[in-house]
Amino acid sequence: MSEYKSTGIIRKEDLEIPSDERLEEGPVVIMECVENIPCDPCVAACSFDAVEMEEITDTPDVEYETCTGCGFCVTECPGLAIFVVDCSYSDENCKITIPYEYIPVPDEGDEVKALDREGNEVQKAVVTNVRQSGKTYAVTIEVDKENVWKVRGFEVEK
Amino acid sequence: MSERRIFEHPILDFDRGYEFYFDFEGKKIKAYEGETIASALYADGLRKFTESKKLERPRGFFCAIGKCSSCLMSVDGRPNIRTCVTLAEEGMEVERHGPKAEFPQTDVGRGGERKKEEIEIAVIGGGPAGLMASIVAARNGSEVHLFDEGDDLGGQLVKQTHQFFGSHQEDAGTRGIDIGKELLEEARDVGVEIHNGSKVLGYYPEKKITIESDGRLEIYDSQGIVYAGGAVENYLSFENNDLPGVYGAGGVQTLMNEEGIVPGEKVLMIGSGNVGLIVGYQLLQAGVNVVEIIEALPEIGGYQVHASKIRRAGVPIRASHTIKKAIGDEKVEGAVVQKIDENWNPVKGTEREVECDVICLAVGLSPDTGFLRQADCEMDYVPELGGFVPLRTEDMMTTQRGIYVAGDAAGIEEATVAALEGKIAGAAIYEELHEETEDTRRSKEEAKEGLDKMRKGPYGEVPKQGVKTCTVDEEVCG
Repeated sequence: MSEYKSTGIIRKEDLEIPSDERLEEGPVVIMECVENIPCDPCVAACSFDAVEMEEITDTPDVEYETCTGCGFCVTECPGLAIFVVDCSYSDENCKITIPYEYIPVPDEGDEVKALDREGNEVQKAVVTNVRQSGKTYAVTIEVDKENVWKVRGFEVEK
Repeated sequence: MSERRIFEHPILDFDRGYEFYFDFEGKKIKAYEGETIASALYADGLRKFTESKKLERPRGFFCAIGKCSSCLMSVDGRPNIRTCVTLAEEGMEVERHGPKAEFPQTDVGRGGERKKEEIEIAVIGGGPAGLMASIVAARNGSEVHLFDEGDDLGGQLVKQTHQFFGSHQEDAGTRGIDIGKELLEEARDVGVEIHNGSKVLGYYPEKKITIESDGRLEIYDSQGIVYAGGAVENYLSFENNDLPGVYGAGGVQTLMNEEGIVPGEKVLMIGSGNVGLIVGYQLLQAGVNVVEIIEALPEIGGYQVHASKIRRAGVPIRASHTIKKAIGDEKVEGAVVQKIDENWNPVKGTEREVECDVICLAVGLSPDTGFLRQADCEMDYVPELGGFVPLRTEDMMTTQRGIYVAGDAAGIEEATVAALEGKIAGAAIYEELHEETEDTRRSKEEAKEGLDKMRKGPYGEVPKQGVKTCTVDEEVCG
């Protein structure tokens, strides 16, 4: 039994991730979707045909060399399980794009609490971009590079 | 919490009508146009709506869809009114009468002469299955009457604020609330006659149904029936489980997503299937604190992506845990939870008090099949589909020729499956009464392919096995 089955928390080891070289090259998608569930909107969401799926219950197969990290799929995933990381941003910092469906919606430049996969605060982070698609937002925040695999959520301080 | 109405929500816009007041036991209660009496009272803070007959235990808001009888009150002198499905009106006089109402002094009837009509197809239930069946049969030329007891059609879709899973072709990525609206519009466009506020009372041979609508009895003599009556929520045994504040997940969704009223401040969620995880997430979106989700099994029941989403928000999910009792006299003021071992026995010394004012039960659903039993459809107990379900052909016909079934009444799955089954039933009933057309042939083919796709993978394997055991050849049908 994988640990996430009893905890709901994905670990880096559970994921298929891009190579270190690809991560350094620029923004790329990280799909934290590891079960064989019947769902495929991410395939249609990609304008670059970087996501493949033979059966609807397959997990998404991402061609990382084709993925531009545009992040369009982030707001299209019903499971809110798609993130974009950009490790090429600077030497110390990286950017993470996170799907968001709560209120209030932050503005660019706001400081938010960056959270890990259990909702614990990891660090403070600055919002660098906010994109809306329907009622779902893709919010990009800037965090320390060492936290790139830790941070997967954020909280707007009220 | 002073204001229980939701005014700002990340997904929903609550379009409240004008504000007015009605009288409740001498107190002025604020309500908005379109709100039910029970919702307005709940928003005002009332928790005890009536009491039980024998032990006089408090009874409060529970199902929110007119099924549980926990909200019966007297309205303008008429007793036993289901306040959760009765709209509040300005100047109304509402009072509690407990379990033993007196014979009314006023004229109770609102009906008139009974109505009797011959129709071609009766579809019962206006959720995704019933809507889709109606659309397919009507667009091929059938005269279709769709009956639903609610004011708004769409079934449980009207509460689903999340984007749907499934195939992109079958509306995945679209929110349930929007799918319901689209289907309803399509049904109107193809000429389906919609009877909302129409409760089906019973079945009589040969394919006659009786309906109660606004106090009037209606009798419809049909040539064919598609039954898509959905499901009922399961309950759980624990001490004090009848206290106001113990709610089904569906009731919570109705109150929160339809009526725009939060159920409380701190919610303990029981059950980590997709319903528990999704309603937990919707509570967070409405600004309610979900203190924890407990699950009796050693594994989380629902999809990992739903579980991860709610964990990211800081909500713990505790597997191998159960609820021992609810705390409180007149309403829920807390709960005691404990660990259980692999044999479902409580582990000593693990009891823990949880602070909460709502206990939300998301412990599964059972097919609502009373109508089909009344129509003598052969049933079978299929645990993979949630309980007793009708035997059916691949075309969704029950063992009674001309009576079809679709959606959760045929077995507990989800909305996309319900719509696909409805598509098959709608096409098949048209074929039975008329002939095969290019559209009915294609609809059945596409929907069957869709069902095969949806029932793949580890989560699809369970209903797939279940469906196999209750699918029969057409020769079995009467």
